[in-house]
Amino acid sequence: MGVVGQNAVRLDGREKVTGRALYVDDIVMPGMWHGVAVRTTIPSGKVLSVVFDPRFNWKKVVVADRHDIPGRNVVTMIEEDMPLLVHDEIRHIGEAIVLIAAPTKKMAEDARRHVEIRYEEWQPVLTIEDSKAKKRVIHGSDNVISRYKIDKGDVSAGFKDSDAIVEGVYRTGAQEQAYIEPQGIIASPGKGGGVDLVGSMQCPFYILKALERLLGMSETKLSVKQATVGGAFGGKEDYPSVLAGYASVLALKAKRPVKMIYDRNEDMNVTTKRHPSVVRHRTGVKKNGMLVAMDIGIELDAGAYTTLTPVVLSRGFLHSAGPYRCPNVRIAGAAFATNAPPNGAFRGFGAPQTLFAVEAHMDKIAEEIGMSPLELRRINCLKVGDEMATGQILKESVGALECLEKAAAASGFERKWRASLPLCKGESEGIEVRSTLPDPPLQREGTVRGIGISLFMHGGGFTGSGEAKMKGKAGIRLERDGKLTVLTGCTEMGQGAHTVLPQIVAECLGVPLSCVRVETPDTSKVPDSGPTVASRVTMVIGKVLCVCAEEMKRRLSEAAGRDHGDFRSLAGSFLKKRGPLTIIEAYEPTPGIHWDDTTYHGDAYAAYSWGCDVAEVEVDKDTFEIKVERMYMAHDVGRAVNPQMVEGQIEGGTLQALGWALMEDNRYDGGKLLNNRFQTYIIPTTMDTPFLELITVEHPFSHGPLGAKGVGELPHDGAAPAVVNAIANATGIRISEIPATPERLFEECKKKHFRSS
Amino acid sequence: MRYFKCENLIEALGLLADPDTRFPLLAGGTDLIVQWRMGGRMPEGVIDIGALEEIRLIIQRENVIEIGAAVTHSMLIESNIVRRYCPVLVDACRTVGAVQIQNRGTIGGNIVNASPAGDTPPVLMAFDAKVELANLSGRRHVPLREFYLSYRKTALKPDELLTRIIIPKHGPDEKAGFYKIGTRKAQAISKVALCVRAKIAGGAVNDIAIALGSVAPTAVRAPKTEAFLKGKKLDSFAVDEAKRTLAAEIAPIDDIRSTADYRRFVAENLLARYLEKASDAF
Ligand SMILES: Cc1cc2nc3c(=O)[nH]c(=O)nc-3n(C[C@H](O)[C@H](O)[C@H](O)COP(=O)(O)OP(=O)(O)OC[C@H]3O[C@@H](n4cnc5c(N)ncnc54)[C@H](O)[C@@H]3O)c2cc1C
Repeated sequence: MGVVGQNAVRLDGREKVTGRALYVDDIVMPGMWHGVAVRTTIPSGKVLSVVFDPRFNWKKVVVADRHDIPGRNVVTMIEEDMPLLVHDEIRHIGEAIVLIAAPTKKMAEDARRHVEIRYEEWQPVLTIEDSKAKKRVIHGSDNVISRYKIDKGDVSAGFKDSDAIVEGVYRTGAQEQAYIEPQGIIASPGKGGGVDLVGSMQCPFYILKALERLLGMSETKLSVKQATVGGAFGGKEDYPSVLAGYASVLALKAKRPVKMIYDRNEDMNVTTKRHPSVVRHRTGVKKNGMLVAMDIGIELDAGAYTTLTPVVLSRGFLHSAGPYRCPNVRIAGAAFATNAPPNGAFRGFGAPQTLFAVEAHMDKIAEEIGMSPLELRRINCLKVGDEMATGQILKESVGALECLEKAAAASGFERKWRASLPLCKGESEGIEVRSTLPDPPLQREGTVRGIGISLFMHGGGFTGSGEAKMKGKAGIRLERDGKLTVLTGCTEMGQGAHTVLPQIVAECLGVPLSCVRVETPDTSKVPDSGPTVASRVTMVIGKVLCVCAEEMKRRLSEAAGRDHGDFRSLAGSFLKKRGPLTIIEAYEPTPGIHWDDTTYHGDAYAAYSWGCDVAEVEVDKDTFEIKVERMYMAHDVGRAVNPQMVEGQIEGGTLQALGWALMEDNRYDGGKLLNNRFQTYIIPTTMDTPFLELITVEHPFSHGPLGAKGVGELPHDGAAPAVVNAIANATGIRISEIPATPERLFEECKKKHFRSS
Repeated sequence: MRYFKCENLIEALGLLADPDTRFPLLAGGTDLIVQWRMGGRMPEGVIDIGALEEIRLIIQRENVIEIGAAVTHSMLIESNIVRRYCPVLVDACRTVGAVQIQNRGTIGGNIVNASPAGDTPPVLMAFDAKVELANLSGRRHVPLREFYLSYRKTALKPDELLTRIIIPKHGPDEKAGFYKIGTRKAQAISKVALCVRAKIAGGAVNDIAIALGSVAPTAVRAPKTEAFLKGKKLDSFAVDEAKRTLAAEIAPIDDIRSTADYRRFVAENLLARYLEKASDAF
């Protein structure tokens, strides 16, 4: 049919552009009230008392505290260390203590202003450094939320064998997902004392699991349904379990539906952000550019509770050595607890942080040994048959080198890179570009230009044995009218899953796309496909649907007693004889995949997507404003099921990464977020968007659906290092901490006695 | 909340004269409504002056142009009079928020809101503009540079309304420049804004006015730098000394948007950029 590979129009597009799609805030239920949370205003301490102002008429509202939680006062994620409502100890600003529901949002807000909390304040732990030094122990025995170690070869021997050893420290800041639609959920009392939920979420089954524990109810009494979602980017992976908890407790107590919608400030104040990171590199390299030893230290700021941090750290680890071959690698590090709101999932999930570090570091190495950054990457780039840091041997689908060559060729990288010379030559080491460079041409007045490159990968699906354990399920139902329904818990949140999955089904069954629809993700109607995260939906659930399609064809042929004839006629005769047919299958991991969680050894991911970004920047010498003029992005996604949506992911992800690289910066003062609104939390606009040139590379993955791999997160991995490398090429200043704001570039230049006047 | 929509200026001034109806004035509401939301409370009433025709006019007189306080940024951008006599005001208005904000936001609101980061005050100050303040008993004219008393404090009395902005016409022998450095390319609040208007002949400065935003508690003029530059020949020594004088004269701060050092550095360089360009152009 050729449905895959076509720019099919989004199946959810019409509803959305005509305004008919219902987002959670559009949903109104009879008798529905509005809920708010009363929150802590200190980062660390103890609640002494909660005082309800007698001037407010408390009879008009419903108030719930931790004693109203029917089950256990925990939000179940990986661990159960996070209470829904503060029990005793306060671990961050914005933790909920008391919940209030009222007939109107205004009254609920008014009630909230009439609650006063008295505290005993403790000295908060606010930085990775303080947490690591155990200034105070706020988590476990040593503030460590999670820790890993990866060892390959002999790093000390590798260093002895090296011609040069290059060191660097790289830092990244917290980033806000900035989805258009803030978080929101409605809980209503359901049948048999249960609860039904509808809301803005990525992972309905995560909420189901959390509520089972919190409400002490079996899942048969609970249903969780996704409303139309206006963006998530990871931000609606774990946090909705918290909000669902609040709304459910209130709904049960008020005995009526309760809606909780955050406004932008509250959303920014209390929901998860990208983990800030510090990554240290020490790398041994030969004169000819061969990497011999990599010693990498990773530290993440986890915030106050575990949430998803162990998995974020893990993915950070597994991407930290970059797409390079190196015989001796040591990776060690940990995520530390601080008195900040917990950090969580965000597009890339730890990989953008560690890839930023290694890719900025590669340029430093190149400079140190007087080699072009392109050549250094070319020499060390992973190919089929190579071994990664975990001992994984890459068997297929490695498009890294092709991405590198295509992006370099399209951008004229080598020529442009050589043409730029630093504007500011410092005395200190590693700043001067070697004399192998030709003299610079005259620069345009007032500005300098530079070009930078980055090479990266992103593992598709869960890490290690995750997919094998998850066994994500999905199904296809042949309906009475001959049409097909995709059954999956995987959600549409703007990324296009509910168009791409039907495209795969249509292709596999040989029917037009118009015959396929997707069931609303509702835990009472669809199987648990696992969460909509980790660039896994197309690659993993798409594959399960291919298997379902094969099974359906087999069953139809079997019933018809013939294996020829088109799908329509087979289905028609089956429906006449037996009626609708539902096929549900579970994910079978790629054969030959082995992973050991205890040693962190083996096949970390079944397949990787690969990418190369080239950025061209212009820096204004008067103002240090950095303008990214052009980006070239060559990405290997295996097979582009819907090329236009792949482009959408790459363009959007790149721009989001540029925001992180250049301007987005959650700043805190004493544990309090300073920029909790879009006036001060600055994200890029269309006017800040460079010209984007996309190059799609397809190295099919044999176990992916028709060769496809993941693309959701890959585009967030490469832009930041490409940009700082370009800034270095333009100005001679290596920015090792992002965002690379004009202020930061100015400070760095001052340090190097910029313009000695 | 009580909402008054006035038919004419006298009615609005009457409401302001009576302490019982002395409610905040609302023009475009693009500052006011944001402030209400952030503060979490609304006033008991509001006087909407956004549609008062008397203060939505741009008039050209012999020596001045007059801009009604309720003229929006979009109206300024489209006005031939403003384009002719104060093109840099058009440049400034184009950088205010985005089109939606320009369509609603007014010049009067921008002035009275008194944010140090407002974009039109530096231009108006560099052009020696005066504001006309009216109450039931009359009207007075105050030079804009005297209108700002301290951070977010103005000379406007509780019963007064800003009615017009009066900008002297400057000769064709004067050239002006406006530079805004924001946090991004659009929809950005200024980190530094600079407006300079000068008469330069034969490489020498005959007259100059320099005004800045976001480098002090209010929009400010830079009188010392102006005094230094007046009569000077624009060579690299003069430019360097002007930069130093300016740096010493302004008082930027560190805040969520930028740093004091950066602001000072950029202010100096923008002045240099103007002077270099201007000495070529004349
Ligand atoms: C998204 C966004 C982006 C923005 N970007 C910019 C920007 O880039 N640059 C910039 O300078 N500003 C910006 N602003 C601020 C604002 O839009 C401008 O200051 C605008 O000119 C205010 O005009 P207004 O008519 O909306 O004022 P209003 O909100 O109606 O009033 C502001 C204040 O002035 C008072 N007032 C208004 N008119 C009079 C009068 N005639 N007499 C006495 N008092 C009066 C009001 O009582 C109030 O205190 C932005 C605002 C938003 C929401």
